[in-house]
Amino acid sequence: MKETAEKRQSLWLLTASPVLWAAHFLLSYITASIWCAKVAHPNSSFASVRMAIVAYTVVALAGIAIIGWIGYRKHSYGAASLPHDDDTPEDRHRFLGFSTLLLSGLSAVAVIYAALVVVFFRNCY
Amino acid sequence: MIEAREALEPRPDDVEPLADTPPEEVQQAQAERLLQAWKTPTGWRYWSAVNNSEVGLWYTGMTFFFLLFGGVLALLMRIQLARPNNDFLSAETYNQAFTVHGSVMMFLFAIPVFEAIAVMFLPQMLGARDLPFPRLSAFGFWCFLLGGVFLSGSILFDAAPRGGWFMYPPLTSGYQPGIGADMWLLGFSFIEIAAIAAAVEMIVGALKTRPPGMRVNLIPLYVWYVLVAAAMILFAFPPLIAGSLLLEVERAFGWPFFDPGGGGDPLLWQHLFWLFGHPEVYIIFLPSVALIAMIVPTFARRPIVGYSWIVLAAVGTGFISFGLWVHHMFTTGLPGISLGLFSAASEAVAIPTGVQIFCFIATLAAGRVVRSVPMLFAFGSLVIFVLGGLTGVMVAVAPFDFQAHDTFFVVGHFHYVLIGGALFPIFAGCYYFFPLINGKNLSEKLGKIGFWLTFTGFNIAFLPMHVTGLRGMPRRVFTYPAGIGLDALNLTTTIGAFILAFGVAVIFWDLIRPKKNQPYSQRNPWKAGTLEWLQEMPGKPWGIRSIPEIDSRYPLWEQANLERDVDEGRYYLPDAEELKRETIVTSVIDAQPEQCLRLPGPSFITMVAAVALGGFFILGTFHWWWPALASLVLATGVIVYWLWTGTAIIPEKDEKDVGLGLKLPIYVSGPQSVGWWAMFITMLAVLTAYICLVFGYFFFWTVRPDFIPRPTPGPGVFWPAIAAALLLSAWGLTLLARRWNARDWSTGFYGALLVAVALAAAGGVALLAGPWVTGLNPTRHVYPATVWLLIIWTVFLVMVGIIMQFYCVARRLAGRMTSRYDIDIWVVALYWHFCALMVVITVAVVAGFPLVR
Repeated sequence: MKETAEKRQSLWLLTASPVLWAAHFLLSYITASIWCAKVAHPNSSFASVRMAIVAYTVVALAGIAIIGWIGYRKHSYGAASLPHDDDTPEDRHRFLGFSTLLLSGLSAVAVIYAALVVVFFRNCY
Repeated sequence: MIEAREALEPRPDDVEPLADTPPEEVQQAQAERLLQAWKTPTGWRYWSAVNNSEVGLWYTGMTFFFLLFGGVLALLMRIQLARPNNDFLSAETYNQAFTVHGSVMMFLFAIPVFEAIAVMFLPQMLGARDLPFPRLSAFGFWCFLLGGVFLSGSILFDAAPRGGWFMYPPLTSGYQPGIGADMWLLGFSFIEIAAIAAAVEMIVGALKTRPPGMRVNLIPLYVWYVLVAAAMILFAFPPLIAGSLLLEVERAFGWPFFDPGGGGDPLLWQHLFWLFGHPEVYIIFLPSVALIAMIVPTFARRPIVGYSWIVLAAVGTGFISFGLWVHHMFTTGLPGISLGLFSAASEAVAIPTGVQIFCFIATLAAGRVVRSVPMLFAFGSLVIFVLGGLTGVMVAVAPFDFQAHDTFFVVGHFHYVLIGGALFPIFAGCYYFFPLINGKNLSEKLGKIGFWLTFTGFNIAFLPMHVTGLRGMPRRVFTYPAGIGLDALNLTTTIGAFILAFGVAVIFWDLIRPKKNQPYSQRNPWKAGTLEWLQEMPGKPWGIRSIPEIDSRYPLWEQANLERDVDEGRYYLPDAEELKRETIVTSVIDAQPEQCLRLPGPSFITMVAAVALGGFFILGTFHWWWPALASLVLATGVIVYWLWTGTAIIPEKDEKDVGLGLKLPIYVSGPQSVGWWAMFITMLAVLTAYICLVFGYFFFWTVRPDFIPRPTPGPGVFWPAIAAALLLSAWGLTLLARRWNARDWSTGFYGALLVAVALAAAGGVALLAGPWVTGLNPTRHVYPATVWLLIIWTVFLVMVGIIMQFYCVARRLAGRMTSRYDIDIWVVALYWHFCALMVVITVAVVAGFPLVR
C-alpha cells in the first residue's frame, strides 16, 4: 500500500506528542505529591524526586523527538511546500506531518517548562 | 467571485458534477420532494422540529436570554457597589446575585451558546443536510431549557444558590441548608448531560458528515476548533459530574466526602471542580475564536495564513488546558513543587494562544482588509483578549497570585479574557452570520454604535477593577467602607457597566427588531469563500440543494460554477425519491463517501424524554426520592421507546444511488457506523467520571493517614472476586451473542444473552454483598463511603447493561434486528467492553489495593 493511502493515516498521531506531555506532567505531579505527603520528613533528601522527574523528562523528550521526526518525514514527502492545501492525498499527508511536527515542538517546550521545577525546588515547599 | 483568486485546475481524479443542466421539470420535481421530506412542521407541531436550523435558533435565542438575565444581575451588583456602605442589596441577596450571575454566564450562556452556534452552522459548513443525530440535539436543547429556567427562576423565590459559582464545601455542605446548593448541583448535572450529548453530536458530525473530498487538510478552521472543544467537553465535564455526585450525596445522606470530621477533605472538591473549570474556559474560548478564524479570511480577502499553525494552537491548547487546574488553588497550601508544575503549564498555554492571534494578524497584514462591523468586533476582541491574556500570564506566576488571589484584580482579568475571548467574537459572529438565519442583514449603523458603546463601556468598567483589586478589595463582598481609595474606582466601574449594558441593548435591538420590510440580503453578502455561504436567501429547510465534492479550503473562491452546480442538483443526493431525510457519511481522513444515512424527522419524543429525565433531577432537588426515582424509570421507558421506534431501522433496500454513478449502503453496522461512534464517545465521558471517583479514593489515601483503616474493615476479597468472575462472564457471553447473531444461530444468541443477563444480575448482587456483609457504614467515615460509591456506580452501569441485553433479545424477537442488520448488538457489546473495564478497576481498587498498600 502507498505511504499516503488513507488506511495508513490516523488523527491519533497528532495527539501522540501532547499525550506524552500529559503523561510526563501527571507522573511528575503524582510522584511529587505522594512523596511530599507520604515520605517527606523535614530533613529527608529530595534528590530521589528530582532524579525521577529528570528521568521522566528524558524519556518524554526522546519520545516527542521520535514523533516529531516522523512528522517531519511526512511533511517533507515529495516536493511540494507549504501551505499543504491541495486536494491530494500527498498534501493531506504533508499537512498531517507538519501539524504533528508543530505539536511535538509545543509539547517539547511544555515538558521543558515543567521540568524546570527540579531547578528551582530543593524540597517540597 | 473574488477577482484575486483563480479557479482551481481540474485534476484527473476529481469527481465532476453532471456536465449538463438537468431538465427544468426534473429539477423542480426533485426540489419538491426534498422540500416535502425536510418540511418544517407548522402550528403547534412546530415545536416538534428537530432540524438543526430550528433547534440551533431556539438554542441560541435561549442562551441570549440567559445572557441578558445574567447581565441584569451584574448591573444590580454594580448598583450596590457604586458607593460605599450601600444597602441597595442585602448581603444575602448579593450572595445569590453573584452566584447566579457567574453560574448563568458560564453554564447557561457561554458553554451552550457554543453548542447552539455549532448546531446551527456546522451542517452548513460541512455541506451536510443535518448533523448525524438531530433528535439528540433537540433532546439536549429541551434539557437545557428545563434546567436553565429552573435554576435561574430560583432567585425570584429567594431560593437560589449562594456559595459562589464554584460552590466550595464546607460552606456549601455544612453551612447552607435550604435547596439552593442542591439546585445548583442537580440542575447543572442535568445541563451537563445536555452538553455531553452535544459533544457527541459535534465530534461525530465533524469527523463523519463532511462533504465528499473534504480531506482533513481542507476542513474549515471552525470545524477543527469545534472538534477540539467537543473532545475537551468529554474529559472536562465528567469531573464536575463526579464532584457534584459526591457533594449531593454528602448533603442528602451525610456521607462525609468533604467533611474532615468524617475523614473527608474539602480540597477534593476544588480539584474536581477546577479539573472541569479550567478546561471549561478554553471550551468557551476556542469555539468563539473559531468565529474570528472564519471572519478574518473573508474580510482580508485571502486564505488564512498558517492553517497548520492554527490547528496546532487548537489541539495544543486543548491538551495543555488540562494541566492548569491547580492555578486556581495556589493559596491552598499545596507543596511548592506542585505549584511550580502548574505554573509552568499555565505559562506554556500562552504559546498556542498567542500563535493563533499572530496568524490572524498575519492574515490581515497580508490581505486587503475590507471594513465591516464583524471586523470591528473582531478587532475589539483581539485587543481585549490580549490584555486579559497578559494579566493571565501575571496571575500564573504563583507569588503574584498569592497577592491578587480573590481580589477584584482576578475579576478584571477573567472578564477581559471571557468578554474579549468569547462575547466580542460572538457579537462579531452575530453580525457576520445573521443573513444565514433569516436572510436579512443586521444594520451597519446600529452595529457600529453597539460596538463603540460596548467597547468603551467594557474598558471603563473593567480596567479600573485591576487597580481596585491591587488596592485590596476582595471579591464577593457586598460592600466596602468609604475613604480607603475605592470609592472613585467603583463608581467608574459602575458607570462603565451601564454603558456596556446600553451597547448590548443596542445590539439586541438590532437582532430582534422587525425586519419585515427590509429586502433579503444578496447571496453570500460578504463574498466569503467557505461552504456555508452557498445558502440561498432565505435558506431552505433542506440545508443544501445537492452535496458537492470539495477540492479546496475556500470552495466558493476556487471551485468554478460551484453555486450553479449545487443549485441545479448536479452533485450528490439531489433528490429524496423515498421522501426520507438523508445525508452522506464519509471517511474520517479523506472524506470518501461511505454511507447514505437516513435521518429522523420531527418528534415530540425528545421533549418528553427531557421532561421525564428532568423530573428526576428537579424532584431530587427537593429530596422527594421516590417520585424522583419514578421519574427516572419513566425516562428510561421513554428513551427505550425512542430507540425502539426511531433507530437502527431496517431499510427497504440495501443500497441507494446517490447520483454521479455512486451507490452507497443505507445501513452500516459495527465500528463504521455513526451509532457505534456515539456510544464510544459517550462511554469515554462515563469512564472519565468514573476515573474521577477512583482519583477520589487515592486522593484520600494520599492526604489522610486513617484512610483504609487498619485492620481493613471491608469489603474483603471474597465477594468482589466472585462478582468480577460473574460480570466478566456476562461480558464474554455478550460478545459471543454478537458473534452467534452474525452467524444467524438464534438458539446460541438467545441462550448466551439470557445467561449473560442472569450472570450480570448475580454479579451486581455479589458486588453489593462485599460492603454489606462486612458492615461498612458509609455515613461514619469517608473510607466506607468511597467504597460504597465506587460499587454503586459500577452496579448502576451493570443494570443499564442488563436493560441493553434485554433490548437486544427483544429486537431480534421482533424482527427489528437480524444477522445482517445487527447494529444494536454491536453497540451493546461496545458498552459492555467499558462495563467490564470498570468492573475490573473497581474490584482491583476496593478489594486489591488494601492488600498491597
